[in-house]
Amino acid sequence: MAILVFADNHGGKITKSSLEAVGYAAAMGGDVTAVTFGSIEGDGGMGNYGASKVIVAGNATSDPQQLTRLVVDVANAIGASDIVFSHDTTGKSVAPRVAARMDAGLVAGATAIPSGKEIKKNVFSGKAFAYVEACTDKRVISVLPNSFGLKASGGSATVEQYSGDCGSAGVIVKDFKPTSTDGSVPLPEAEMVVSAGRGMKGPENWGIIEDLAGVLGATTACSRPVADIGWRPHHEHVGQTGIAIRPNLYIAVGISGAIQHLAGVNGSKVIVVINTDPEAPFFKAADYGIVGDAFEVVPKLTEALKAFKSAH
Amino acid sequence: MKILVCISKAPDTTSRIAFTDNNTAFDQNGVQFIVNPYDEWYALVRALELKEAQGGSVTTITVGGADNDPIIRKALAIGADDAVRVDAEALDSLAVAKYIANYASANGYDLVMCGKETIDYNGAVVGGMVAELMDVPYVSLAIKLDVNGSVATLEREAQGGTEIVEASLPLVISASKGMAEQRIPNMRGIMAARTKPLQVVASEGINASTKVVRYELPPAKAAVKLVSADNVAELVDLLHNEAKVI
Ligand SMILES: Cc1cc2nc3c(=O)[nH]c(=O)nc-3n(C[C@H](O)[C@H](O)[C@H](O)COP(=O)(O)OP(=O)(O)OC[C@H]3O[C@@H](n4cnc5c(N)ncnc54)[C@H](O)[C@@H]3O)c2cc1C
Ligand SMILES: Nc1ncnc2c1ncn2[C@@H]1O[C@H](COP(=O)(O)O)[C@@H](O)[C@H]1O
Repeated sequence: MAILVFADNHGGKITKSSLEAVGYAAAMGGDVTAVTFGSIEGDGGMGNYGASKVIVAGNATSDPQQLTRLVVDVANAIGASDIVFSHDTTGKSVAPRVAARMDAGLVAGATAIPSGKEIKKNVFSGKAFAYVEACTDKRVISVLPNSFGLKASGGSATVEQYSGDCGSAGVIVKDFKPTSTDGSVPLPEAEMVVSAGRGMKGPENWGIIEDLAGVLGATTACSRPVADIGWRPHHEHVGQTGIAIRPNLYIAVGISGAIQHLAGVNGSKVIVVINTDPEAPFFKAADYGIVGDAFEVVPKLTEALKAFKSAH
Repeated sequence: MKILVCISKAPDTTSRIAFTDNNTAFDQNGVQFIVNPYDEWYALVRALELKEAQGGSVTTITVGGADNDPIIRKALAIGADDAVRVDAEALDSLAVAKYIANYASANGYDLVMCGKETIDYNGAVVGGMVAELMDVPYVSLAIKLDVNGSVATLEREAQGGTEIVEASLPLVISASKGMAEQRIPNMRGIMAARTKPLQVVASEGINASTKVVRYELPPAKAAVKLVSADNVAELVDLLHNEAKVI
């Protein structure tokens, strides 16, 4: 069984979510070829996660139409039964195009490797799961970021240049504005997130949230009203209408836990809630909780974590 | 400019999620359906703003049965000129995309606008499929959209930041938060919506390429472990030794 993975890269570095997609394909148990564009160093680290061959298209850009031509061409050439993407911002542009071009069933946002023909995915914004089957011979699968842990195998892949034609680009990137100027991990990839809501009373109080995030190496997030009133930037808004995240640790401070907020964070592995109101709905979704005032508890927690970090 | 906005229905965000028929169907009992928020708040409203500034028309398209008509009327009340409903069961993203692409190609639209994703199936795929079937560019997760003559300038969510991109029309986009502000329909809009054209197009029986075999609810969460506010060190200990996340 031949499986093709599309791997995205940023300035030559294969993204973490793409490495997860490579690992996912390897776990499916086939011979894994990965395809990427531009130029990367060596096999981009993909052999280490199970790719046996890496194909690099030096003549393609991040344009979805060029990448679609590339992926479809390579998939046909190697006779791939499955084409795997990450369900990240690039995968969301390219995977549907590839599925439509190949007339193949697409399972978007898979959270587990196929069991028989069934693939598990989140539905209803994380409030339920569906088991989905493709009715076509070929399948396109996009893997939800952070749902499939990375397991290094120590292998390496052979590298080949793509010699076909990817055609012209339909979407031209003019500029890129990075969101995190402080060097923190972007929210969709973050393993630790410290998030705060209206309970913080005002934007001037976010210092204690940033300190807590700082000691953990976490990325900061916020509830929707906080972004809407301009206390925090829009890109920090998590939830049903914001970004959906699934970090290993989510600490929610002064957030009530409305169902629309939970919809974007309930995939987190461990949830800690700090809230003055013992009846706050968030406690029902939490693993650990402290009923207390954020202005007292958060600085104490930061200190305790600092002590822990220096001891470990 | 001729704009087509893809509108789908979704359970209200506070709906209780439950399944029937041996966990093979969503239990619609007591569920209130709304216009999928991304379609309504962002795609539709930005389409209306573009029309108000530059002229043209805004048509909505929905693939589904007559049970979609209330949400289609809501879109008309917000300001769409007319609506099309392809009378077919929306069984699968690719089938939905084929119906939309067929209609859009036959009727010559400059811009096809989708929402970022449906909040029930969470696919985020229909727009990209429509674009490929129409063989035109697609910009997903757009948070800003301006059109100048035949060129669109957009901002889109990308990994680690925002991309500013350009593409020429015809174009398909998916709209994310930030593109526009929600509009509440007024009485005049609601009255006008009753008589605006809602054209029902017969379906051509396109096969589904995927099917949901069954649904499952997540296991009930164990009760929260509460730690005293005076003993945050215990929380650190639990996170390290029990949860093993730090
Ligand atoms: C269609 C729709 C989509 C939505 N999408 C989203 C979404 O994507 N994301 C989202 O977040 N929301 C979303 N919402 C809004 C959501 O319903 C809630 O209104 C919102 O999440 C509440 O934000 P909050 O918890 O910050 O504020 P509040 O509900 O005001 O809660 C503040 C909390 O802070 C606590 N508190 C107060 N003082 C302190 C203190 N000193 N220390 C500790 N705790 C304190 C209070 O007890 C309270 O629980 C959506 C709503 C709708 C209708
Ligand atoms: N049945 C449908 N009819 C019309 N548009 C739809 C339908 N389903 C999805 N869409 C559009 O496609 C977008 C993405 O849907 P999805 O790929 O299912 O997450 C939605 O936000 C809608 O704009």
